[in-house]
Amino acid sequence: MDVVVCCKLVPDLVEELEVNEAGTDLDWAAVRWVLNEFDDHALEEALLLKESTGARVTVLVPEADGAEEVLYTALAKGADRAVRLTGLPPGAGSRALAVAFSRVLPSVGYDLILTGVQAVDDVDGQVGGLLAGMLGLPYVGVVTGVQVDWQVHKAVVRKEYAGGVVEELEVDLPAVLGIQSAQKPPRYAPVSKVRQLMREGKAEALPAELPAVPRAAVRRVFRPQTDRRAQILEGPAEQAAAQLVAILEERGLLRR
Amino acid sequence: MAEVMVFAERQGDSLAEVTYELLAAGRQLSQALGCELSALLVGPGAGALAGGLGTADVVVCAEDPQLAHFTPDGTLQVLEAAVQQRSPRLVLLPSTSQGLDLAAPLSARTGLPLVAYCRELWAEDGVVVAHSQVYGGKLVVEVAVPERGIVCLLPGSVSAEAGRAPGTPRVEVLSVPGVSARARFRQRFEPEAGDVDITREDILVAVGRGIGDRENLSLVEELAEALGGAVCASRPLVDNGWLPKNRQVGKSGLVVKPKLYLAVGISGAPEHLEGMKDSELIVAVNTDARAPIFDVAHYGVVADLFDFLPALTEAVRQRKG
Amino acid sequence: MPRTGLDKVDGVLEQEVAVLEGMDISGHWNRMFEQRVVWDYPTDILEKITGLPGGESLAWCYQCGKCVPVCPVDIVGDYGPRKVYRKAQLGVDLFRDPDLWLCTTCMNCLRVCPKAVDMIQIMPAVREVAVQDGQVPPELQKTFQNIGKYGNPMGESPRKRAEWVKDAGVPVTVLPADPRPVDVLWYVGSYPSYHPRGKDAARAMARVFFALGVDFGILGHEEWEDGDSVRLAGEKGLFEVLAERNIRTFAKYRFNRIVVTGPHEYNAFKKVYPQYGGEYEVLHYTQFLAPMIPRLREMFVREVRCRVTFHDPCYLGRHHGEYDAPRRLLQAIPGVELVEMPRCRENGYCCGGGGGGMWLDSFTRDYTRERLSDRRVREAVETGAEVLAVCCPYEVSRFEDAVKATGNDGKLAVRDIIELVDEALGSPRAG
Repeated sequence: MDVVVCCKLVPDLVEELEVNEAGTDLDWAAVRWVLNEFDDHALEEALLLKESTGARVTVLVPEADGAEEVLYTALAKGADRAVRLTGLPPGAGSRALAVAFSRVLPSVGYDLILTGVQAVDDVDGQVGGLLAGMLGLPYVGVVTGVQVDWQVHKAVVRKEYAGGVVEELEVDLPAVLGIQSAQKPPRYAPVSKVRQLMREGKAEALPAELPAVPRAAVRRVFRPQTDRRAQILEGPAEQAAAQLVAILEERGLLRR
Repeated sequence: MAEVMVFAERQGDSLAEVTYELLAAGRQLSQALGCELSALLVGPGAGALAGGLGTADVVVCAEDPQLAHFTPDGTLQVLEAAVQQRSPRLVLLPSTSQGLDLAAPLSARTGLPLVAYCRELWAEDGVVVAHSQVYGGKLVVEVAVPERGIVCLLPGSVSAEAGRAPGTPRVEVLSVPGVSARARFRQRFEPEAGDVDITREDILVAVGRGIGDRENLSLVEELAEALGGAVCASRPLVDNGWLPKNRQVGKSGLVVKPKLYLAVGISGAPEHLEGMKDSELIVAVNTDARAPIFDVAHYGVVADLFDFLPALTEAVRQRKG
Repeated sequence: MPRTGLDKVDGVLEQEVAVLEGMDISGHWNRMFEQRVVWDYPTDILEKITGLPGGESLAWCYQCGKCVPVCPVDIVGDYGPRKVYRKAQLGVDLFRDPDLWLCTTCMNCLRVCPKAVDMIQIMPAVREVAVQDGQVPPELQKTFQNIGKYGNPMGESPRKRAEWVKDAGVPVTVLPADPRPVDVLWYVGSYPSYHPRGKDAARAMARVFFALGVDFGILGHEEWEDGDSVRLAGEKGLFEVLAERNIRTFAKYRFNRIVVTGPHEYNAFKKVYPQYGGEYEVLHYTQFLAPMIPRLREMFVREVRCRVTFHDPCYLGRHHGEYDAPRRLLQAIPGVELVEMPRCRENGYCCGGGGGGMWLDSFTRDYTRERLSDRRVREAVETGAEVLAVCCPYEVSRFEDAVKATGNDGKLAVRDIIELVDEALGSPRAG
């Protein structure tokens, strides 16, 4: 009963994002990498499955500055294996990462694959969906709860829709699930435990090659125009209200 | 001739609002590219709904009974077959819960590149160009899809009006041999009435001490209802017991990132800002032009909320019709 | 869990016939009950606590109750070391009970305890075990994660830690860019670096130092959270990471002493960092400036005419015995009329920020009638003061929030002492 959590590191939005000289990509040297928060939820959901069904949890993380912390935090939280994928440069993209995952997963072994439903940088496609397509597995995303019956190779998942609507689906395993949020908030890993595990050095490494993937050509990357301070809507109440309504409509916020 | 294919998202027995937005965008593209616009409709009763897709030139129906409820896996198989059989130039999907289940797997199965989180889409010199927002909206990526591809469009990016044109499109049946859905619908849960999770709401109307007395909350509640959103509050109102704890926004409450955060009578103390500063669109209403809330708001109204709120509620109701 | 008091006693000794020195005490006259021993209660929780390094002193409590009336949390709730002990006796698992997170380590209990039951040692020890078990209130967990990743509780970029310097109006040496030897290493702190009102105090401090010709430098983005409150909240591992890091950073530069903005880092650097190899001469800024009062008096150009009451920060006052330096500074400012709150000096009432309390408001709200800071502000208002003066960076944020929450907006202003000094020296007021 192997649950594999496929993680990615993304640029930390707390820092200012710099665009490179040519204006075609992020300045990768200036980026601080953090775990995609949805992957953190995927890990938590996997650990909850471990607690309820005794499954083994393996975490895969592509190598980057900060990957060590992520790997050992996962082990401190209770993951059984933490594997670092080496050889992928930053900015390789979600698709390349999905291909890399699809190539190592057979040797790692899986009955269920969990990953965050999306990330802040996956404009070329969400890893979970791409991975499922590559492996020929069923995929359900925006999942907020997973229950598994390993005996019959089925999972029951809750899928979230707009407006708070939730649908329950039965999924044949093996499958890939894109987690929106775990049933409980991601647990805390005490720093001393993480440090202790780092000293023991249990994380493993697997090589990955950067694959060639179909990609839409990025012409440029730029900052949208935003003003520092609020634009004041002038005039008496009715006038300001009318202006605001026009703005809301333009943004698609006045839908029925 | 390769077509622009729109995935028509259904909502039970009718079409989802976002489908009309996709059609509008699709129409514009197909005209610029000089090709047809097709709409793919999946599930039983597809033929009956075809009439609502007048903007399209052709409606492609796949009425497999297994697809009565949305199943990501089954629908993906239909989409794959559609792409294989019809070789569309571009496939347009909505960036919704349904669309997110389909776009990436389809891209992997067909080898067509995917552009997600698209806010703007047009064609120039035969090339489809998209603007997608990334990094929490901090940056925009301009992407060119020269040959064939898949684009996932964010709801609210395009006006649905042009997608509601009347018309009688051709209806073609898509034959999909042996759909076997490995994910199957079991049951549906509607949200409970009183149970609001403000962290999941798209629209929040936030009220602070500027509201004065508890009775005045009704002004805020009416506005929230007109907008289709929920009411939340800064700490003092929750401490007073005017609203339950699960409505509190701030450092010792909840952190929210809605599409619209309308702050009414809130000054903008750091402890409150911590809970909402990453909201997509922040509008503040306050009588004090120097209130710190205006430093994080995108738009501001310096007015008495007792004048402004009723005016806004009325304007919203009128516009929504 | 055992029942108490109403249990029938098992052992009864009675002699049917008994005559003692001519007195007939037969029957019930000589009835004695068998000794009922405290071992009838399960002592495993108490033993677990007192078995922890730092938890031993809880065993000495003999339930006199002197701690309860001085406990700031009991004034607005139901708390105190005596009650914690009693509940542990009755089987309440402190390791999983909300009581674990209500203590702010203000030390008023230890001050009056005849047996020296030391909650400042006990609570962190128990919290450490709870944290190891993953039992951490969510707001606190978020704070630990922010501090671990960014070096400050707000979760802001470390690169922006010295941005306040741009608007200080005076030159400030940021040592990583200019590693010259200085007399004073001024440890600014996270709140003064990032919180809007904290930055006002930081800028005021820079201006006052400049006016006095103090030879100082700051660490800029190399400065990380001192960690004392993290330690007291139970994340010992994170504290050690912070201490090691800060000690390594301090070692890179040459300075004679460290002057701190706040009492919590004062406590960390003075009392705890030496255990990790960092020994320094440490002064709170009020202690650093007090000897310079004669010079300041000559430099003051503006009156700050107001009635001021001073809030003794727990970690400068009770924990380190410094009650006078802040008062002398305040009284030196022309126009200031100092009035005392009833609970002052040794009996000062905690603002609720210590011991991790700064990051537990969302949790403690379910167990207290009002926030400690709200209670304190109401006490300040009763003195008739117009200004509540503070010298701990946690307090400006807490008390300004409390002023609004208690409806005293416009009646009471909250200012750090350094802001008042800066104003008297003629600098432009903040805001």
